[in-house]
Amino acid sequence: MKNSTRTQKLALCGVLTALAMIFGYIESVISVPLPVPGIKVGLPNIAIITILYVVGIKEAVAVNLIRITLTAVLFGNLNSFLFSMSGAVLSMIIMIILKKIQFFSSVGVSVAGGVLHNIGQIIAAVFIMGSGAIVYYLPVLMITGTVTGAVIGIVSAMVVKRTERAYGQK
Amino acid sequence: MEKKKIKRDIMLISTLIIVCAAAFLIINFVVKKDGITAVVKVDGNIVYMLPLDKNASVTVEGYQGGSNTVVIENGTVYMKDADCPDKLCEKTGKINKNGETIVCLPHRVVVEIQGGEGNVDSLVR
Repeated sequence: MKNSTRTQKLALCGVLTALAMIFGYIESVISVPLPVPGIKVGLPNIAIITILYVVGIKEAVAVNLIRITLTAVLFGNLNSFLFSMSGAVLSMIIMIILKKIQFFSSVGVSVAGGVLHNIGQIIAAVFIMGSGAIVYYLPVLMITGTVTGAVIGIVSAMVVKRTERAYGQK
Repeated sequence: MEKKKIKRDIMLISTLIIVCAAAFLIINFVVKKDGITAVVKVDGNIVYMLPLDKNASVTVEGYQGGSNTVVIENGTVYMKDADCPDKLCEKTGKINKNGETIVCLPHRVVVEIQGGEGNVDSLVR
């Protein structure tokens, strides 16, 4: 989106922030029929990856932070804020690095983001609950994070393609 | 270029799955300890504490009605019967490792294995 105006960027960021929050809400309503808590599809990541690829890194970070803060203020509490924040910070960092070195496609970026999100949440859980045993959940969460990350990555790639086309660029 | 990236994606995904599957197996069969007691809670209040080495079957009344039957058999616990709509607790299957839980959300019934080493809480979001 190099040629687009500030307003266009701002509008897209706003729309995708709202979309990410709605995705987050939808996700909290769906219960995953697995005996491990904390498994999520990561739907908001579609919006974040779209921003990351279509607009830019700074905007992606901003949208993600705003989304998490707003979601926590509106629906959550301090604990849920810490959980999503620690996951998001780690996954943002890895996604930005991987996007910059151009080693993986958006699917790989999304997978790494999903897995790092789980790791961040487990780290937060260990600190909040003061119990190291929760790390036992990590392998299961990482497997589901890999699978959902791949799905989200494929969907995001499609969204990115269409968003770019809508903005008149290749 | 794109094809190369997709190949790397697939490699990343398969490596992650293999490593995690291995870690999962190691944790479940080597690190995790068998629990000692099954704690049954309704809406956060402990209603039963059952030793795992004795076979037993108890029926608890859920929060705001409904019933769940918790069965202990050969050192494992499972939810035999529940009249909740989703039956997730029945689908959880048998548990016996320390920190594992069966949760029946509609009835607010939680069965948690305790004892042994460490203590896993049930909240990850």
